[in-house]
Amino acid sequence: MISRAFLALITRDMQLVFRHTSDAVNPVLFFVIATSLFPLGLSPQPELLRSIAPGILWVNALLATLLALDSLFRTDFDDGTLEQILLSPVPTPILVLAKITAHWLVTGVPLILCAPLLAMLLGLPQAAWGTLLLALLLGTPMLSLVGAIGVALTVGLRRGGALLALLVLPMYVPVLIFGAHAVDAAAAGVPVSGQLLLLAAMFILALTLAPFAAAAALRITVG
Amino acid sequence: MLQPSQLPRDAQLLARSLQSHRGDRELFQHLTLSLSPGEAVQVVGPNGCGKTTLLRVLCGLVVPTAGEVLWRGVPIQQDRSAFHSELCYLGYAGGVKLELTALENLRCAMALQSHRSHLSPEQALERVDLYGFEDVPGYTLSAGQRRRVSLARLLLAATPLWILDEPLTALDGAGTALVESLLREHLAADGMLVLTTHQPLADPPAGTRVLDLGEQ
Repeated sequence: MISRAFLALITRDMQLVFRHTSDAVNPVLFFVIATSLFPLGLSPQPELLRSIAPGILWVNALLATLLALDSLFRTDFDDGTLEQILLSPVPTPILVLAKITAHWLVTGVPLILCAPLLAMLLGLPQAAWGTLLLALLLGTPMLSLVGAIGVALTVGLRRGGALLALLVLPMYVPVLIFGAHAVDAAAAGVPVSGQLLLLAAMFILALTLAPFAAAAALRITVG
Repeated sequence: MLQPSQLPRDAQLLARSLQSHRGDRELFQHLTLSLSPGEAVQVVGPNGCGKTTLLRVLCGLVVPTAGEVLWRGVPIQQDRSAFHSELCYLGYAGGVKLELTALENLRCAMALQSHRSHLSPEQALERVDLYGFEDVPGYTLSAGQRRRVSLARLLLAATPLWILDEPLTALDGAGTALVESLLREHLAADGMLVLTTHQPLADPPAGTRVLDLGEQ
């Protein structure tokens, strides 16, 4: 029963996205455009771009996730399906995790797939690509998980966008620091296992705690 | 927890001295309500008197300022999953996804429920006169047809307790008659029902009590 509800909710959210493609394309488009503007705005010197590439890629991944975050619970809140989710006998954190998973599949995975292209654009050494992908693979689900708490708290507000950014961005800072630092170290040829293990630990922490926090926040918002 | 002997008759749903606020304004206080199998309570009152809030308190969506709601003698916050497996709530917003077809909406709603009737989603849609609209996306349905999709959800969830917020909104004469026949069948099968409606039911099912929040 629980796994069936989990899968049904993921399937439903994916169906909704494929019938509303503009929502799904927005974050990845932002990621590509914003990243490709940096060489134009700064200077196309390869050494400069190579040194700032990890930071640019991570900051843009962060902002692209933030851009898509509000849609996580918005339509469900407006059309009353969020009430159905809260009133289901299936524990709410599990259903919230299903929604976060669907959201990550739609917004996080395209970012990871685009990252090598943008890394090439900024001249990031090939030796660091693997680390970049691994760090994004650990980091982007965490962005969705932690962001879900913020969205759950602000979805009841009509104009919650600015508040959402204020709530969520400070919690994104550790991901940014360790993610960008791992890629930096890989580009310099230094071992990166420390940063990656820390990212993995933070991911596990977010995976176990964030669904409960987001479910509790949703109850407060709806109640 | 209450001893079974303390329950009025065989009340399954019991709300004791409920009090609720919206902002600083008190909506109701000392509100007591009990519901036994085969009984219905129709909540009436002017706009803004707290009908929807009362229904949401009874569902467990809203925590009351004071008082408690018991289901089979157990506070609903204590065993949420057991209570929600026996509840079907139809809110003012019908919970119909406009991008999905009627059938997809029902399939997803069924997956979130544990109790299910013997009806298939197709049969439920036929019962609410949406035969031929199974594969039509929600945004091309009229408001009344969307409401009928929500009603089909009630048919699929074979739960003893129905809590319905304005189920007659946007329905035509035939739709109203359909809802009334669904309600009668539900009560005849020992179901329980709490509903709000502005239109008086033309033929209220036997065992319907009226709770007027305006008199509180």
